Amino acid sequence: MKYKDYYEILGVKRDASDDEIKKAYRKLARKYHPDVSTDPKGEEKFKDVSEAYKTLKDPEARAAYDNLGKHQPGEDFRPPPDWGQGFGAGDFSYEDIDLSDLFAAFGGRRKRGGAIPIPGQDYEVTAPITIEDAFRGTEMELNLSVPEIDAQGRMHRVPQVFKARIPKGVTDGERLRLKGKGGKGMNGGPDGNLYLNIEFRPHPVYRADGHDLYLDLPLSPWEAALGASVDVPTLAGPVRLKVPAGTNTGKKLRLAGRGLPKRGSGEGDLFAIVQIVVPSEPTEREKTLFKDLADASQFDPRAALAEGGGR
Amino acid sequence: MKIEITDAQWLNERAEVTLEELVELSGLPSELLIELVDYGALAPVKPQTEAQPARWRFGADCVVAVRTVSRLRGDFDLDANALSVALMLVERIRSLETRLQALQCQLPQVTKIRRT
Repeated sequence: MKYKDYYEILGVKRDASDDEIKKAYRKLARKYHPDVSTDPKGEEKFKDVSEAYKTLKDPEARAAYDNLGKHQPGEDFRPPPDWGQGFGAGDFSYEDIDLSDLFAAFGGRRKRGGAIPIPGQDYEVTAPITIEDAFRGTEMELNLSVPEIDAQGRMHRVPQVFKARIPKGVTDGERLRLKGKGGKGMNGGPDGNLYLNIEFRPHPVYRADGHDLYLDLPLSPWEAALGASVDVPTLAGPVRLKVPAGTNTGKKLRLAGRGLPKRGSGEGDLFAIVQIVVPSEPTEREKTLFKDLADASQFDPRAALAEGGGR
Repeated sequence: MKIEITDAQWLNERAEVTLEELVELSGLPSELLIELVDYGALAPVKPQTEAQPARWRFGADCVVAVRTVSRLRGDFDLDANALSVALMLVERIRSLETRLQALQCQLPQVTKIRRT
């Protein structure tokens, strides 16, 4: 088992008062809590802070922790042979558990007295998927390490590997539940659930808003002015889109039903947002033709500016 | 090791959830959820049945926000009053983020123009 210095994590002295510990925890929680913090590493840091606080805020758990002696953080250690006896802590195989398990079971046992059903812990993991995955549905392999009590009543961490079938039609930011895939319940309590936070990976072509998809559709000036038929990629394969003559930048062309499938039935739309682009290095011939156009055209793109310019 | 496949379920299987289901999904006790309704932070969809909490129905889109404040409650030691404020703010942030995402989707991205 690896040692963690809970006092160092909270930034307090070993003889800190309960109040100082609480204050230090609250300060760090505000800084790193994943629901509050914008620190990308916040979640990881908060886990340590929360683990440290859970143990140190409970006077008995803190005494038991102090009893482990001081070690270097990360150092492999075993509690003294008679450790935990005075506190009624459980039996452990010390090799394959986390330090936090020691105190979680400990607090639980102490409070339990009788055999009150304790529901298993809920877990939450981020599931990064592609827009294509959301379009077709996908399977994702999940690797978790969960505490479990064996037949001898000893606690172990066991790897849990399973596949989750993610149905088609999920959207970015959506949460899914895997029932009973969290921590094991004790004394007949229900097993916890595993929650998946769906997160779309950035896509080179599409941007997703719910079930609707957006893409930029670059058009040449002549395609935009004269109208054109252009190929547009969709998740189900390219389709031919008719661009009407006189289409301006920013115009949204809707391809109905070409977005992500919705749960049950129906699907979102795909929007192609027009962007007029010009060749950055025009050929001599292109330059000549543009010049001819400039000489011949009466078109004033800034007519509205001149009217409203406040003269 | 045998790998089993588990179906992931939508948190909101239906459009509405009961108080009992919200207790299960959020981990908050029903008394606290009832208090949040009293404070006006959480609103059942059919107010006329308000007299009987067992018959309340909540829009399933509140599940994620209620789960969030459930976490905040445990980690920050929040009481019901603080929780009701947090719930309203979380809901507001969520709706703003949704709108922000919708607007960002409509902004043109930097396009690489290549000459063919």
